Amino acid sequence: MEEESDTRKINNSFLREHNYATEADIISTVEFNSSGELLATGDKGGRVVVFQREQESKSQPQRRGEYNVYSTFQSHEPEFDYLKSLEIEEKINKIKWLPQQNAAYFLLSTNDKTVKLWKISERDKRPEGYNLKDDDGRIRDPSTITSLRVPVLQPMDLMVEATARRVFSNAHMYHINSISVNSDYQTYISTDDLRVNLWNLEITDRSFNIVDIKPANMEELTEVITSAEFHPQQCHTFAYSSSKGSIRLCDMREAALCDKHCKYFEEPEDPSTRSFFSEIISSISDVKFSHNGRYLMTRDYLTVKVWDLQMENKPLETYQVHDYLRGKLCSLYENDCIFDKFECVWNGSDSVIMTGSYNNFFRMFDRNTKRDVTLEASRENSKPRAILKPRKVCVSGKRRKDEISVDSLDFSKKILHTTWHPHENIIAVAATNNLYIFQDKVN
Amino acid sequence: MISTMECAADAQSLISISLMKIHNSRTQRGGIKLHKNLLVSYVLRNARQVYIKEKYAEIYRMQQYEEVMTVCNEIQELNPLDLDAEDAEDEEQAAAHARTSSAIFGCSPLDDGSKEPDPCYYRSCCMEPSPVPHCDQFTANNSSSSSHCNKTTVLDLDTHVVTTVENGYLHQDCCCCDALQCGQGARSPARKRKVEFSCCVSDVEDVSDFTAARKRAKREDCCYSNIDYTDTSNISNLISIFGSGFSGLLSRQSDLEQICSKQVLASLGAWTRAIVAF
Repeated sequence: MEEESDTRKINNSFLREHNYATEADIISTVEFNSSGELLATGDKGGRVVVFQREQESKSQPQRRGEYNVYSTFQSHEPEFDYLKSLEIEEKINKIKWLPQQNAAYFLLSTNDKTVKLWKISERDKRPEGYNLKDDDGRIRDPSTITSLRVPVLQPMDLMVEATARRVFSNAHMYHINSISVNSDYQTYISTDDLRVNLWNLEITDRSFNIVDIKPANMEELTEVITSAEFHPQQCHTFAYSSSKGSIRLCDMREAALCDKHCKYFEEPEDPSTRSFFSEIISSISDVKFSHNGRYLMTRDYLTVKVWDLQMENKPLETYQVHDYLRGKLCSLYENDCIFDKFECVWNGSDSVIMTGSYNNFFRMFDRNTKRDVTLEASRENSKPRAILKPRKVCVSGKRRKDEISVDSLDFSKKILHTTWHPHENIIAVAATNNLYIFQDKVN
Repeated sequence: MISTMECAADAQSLISISLMKIHNSRTQRGGIKLHKNLLVSYVLRNARQVYIKEKYAEIYRMQQYEEVMTVCNEIQELNPLDLDAEDAEDEEQAAAHARTSSAIFGCSPLDDGSKEPDPCYYRSCCMEPSPVPHCDQFTANNSSSSSHCNKTTVLDLDTHVVTTVENGYLHQDCCCCDALQCGQGARSPARKRKVEFSCCVSDVEDVSDFTAARKRAKREDCCYSNIDYTDTSNISNLISIFGSGFSGLLSRQSDLEQICSKQVLASLGAWTRAIVAF
């Protein structure tokens, strides 16, 4: 017996020290809620960690609203599909917050196949003084009870509990890549490679399929859906992006099945840049409406594009994220980095856009001043309260001091997931298994 | 048009890398990722196009122009279909003809996706050895590099039915027997089988549909090197994925690409053996 427990202890520590154990900690999604008070992260191990912003205190103004862990729960577990002999990963692909309507917080989290609605609520009072059981739960012997008392709510240490309120399952044959809550706060869409399904938040046993691009013959498959999002104000409008680099805007009022788009956004390919990997680098990995609902932003492998909803034939703005990688596509293909799906995000006023890159770099583009900056999320360069220094990648031969050459970039350190506070200049950046939260410097 | 900066040697390595990725995707956790495999198949298609173009250009350069013209004149009198039947009958004579004529006329054009797909149960089957001297086979068994096989075991990867075939000739349902006939006739039994097959399978909504579809051999892409089988089903799928026309992806084929030279594909043998090593 003793030997067994020793072996278990040894095995556990072995696993912890080696990378095998930390893959579950890799952050797979980050999302602020609509007020910015809460920040949720999901990881590859199926866990959700929610951070809450501290109340600003006058006594310590420099601790201006830091984020601390508020709740942690296991959202999804690994599952096995016996029919297809497939393992379903527990990795959280997306988290989306619902608007707050009462004291509790609600969020949707999804893995490849199942969406769950979680309620996160606080408990700071506990009933004490039961008649039939002790305060620690043991049943009292009825013969010892001589008088009755009324249980009273007593304060207790704050406890945050998460409960799964709805489970939306069995609606997707392919891997879910995105979810989006409608502005009506009653419905949401979940999107996989070939289909978009519309759900009512209250009903779990039924969903409506509103987009289906599966061809009758799978041999004719030429594109898949990569992301979909509801318009922020118009509850009947949503957009979905494809692996071919196009975005379709659909109006649910036109027909029950929105296969026919009302707007089609695509920029014709530049034939001079054609290569073996043209199709891969044009695949859109993320699509986001601006907060004002007038623009769309898309991210493909090398660029971020801003589209005006009124102009379908070309983007309004194109920003090069890391064009120096264009000559390295072959090796990025070999090491699978070319398949990385970077996300992009707007700031609260839609004036700045942000996206991630390699070497733990992330980029911000100011749409008004046309200036851009490259910053790095790393422990060495960011002590608390330190100001981030802009970084630069050297593309030509002569490397200046503090510049980093393209060949020195660490492609295993990638920033795929970022989020921006809805009102303030606070950003959260996920770098593998670390979460960095940056904010504007205090003057 | 793929940038000509990418030379054929890169195309070869890209093809083998892509095949390896598709192979690995079958065993990775979470199931086959449709999006990633679709993108890999695009790279495969692009690399294949470049490779075939380069090979064709090489073959063309090797031959004398007059020889080509002579053969052109001869062939113009014949129906292309008859020419293929001739090949089937006379091995030696067809040898010279096949090399040049197939270089010009080749096999039937790659499907444009609007045609009915071939049934997906052909794989791992041995094709007729004798009539096509330059068309190497690929056998399910661990056969040596002989060009004749007396008995072959055929494994249907979808229904997992094993059939033993004599003398390397398959029953007529197999589309690979149509390898030499560029006509349409033999496709009707195949089409019929496809309907039956799909009736038997209740739920084919699966990512494996996509990879299974990719495995379907087009009759012109039936020339493979002999392969020592260690992992029969996977390797056969890989080669057939490569060989299949990707009809959905190839909406328009230039004339050059339509000429799917038997010799071009036969010459792929050398490095497909390298892939088999996986």
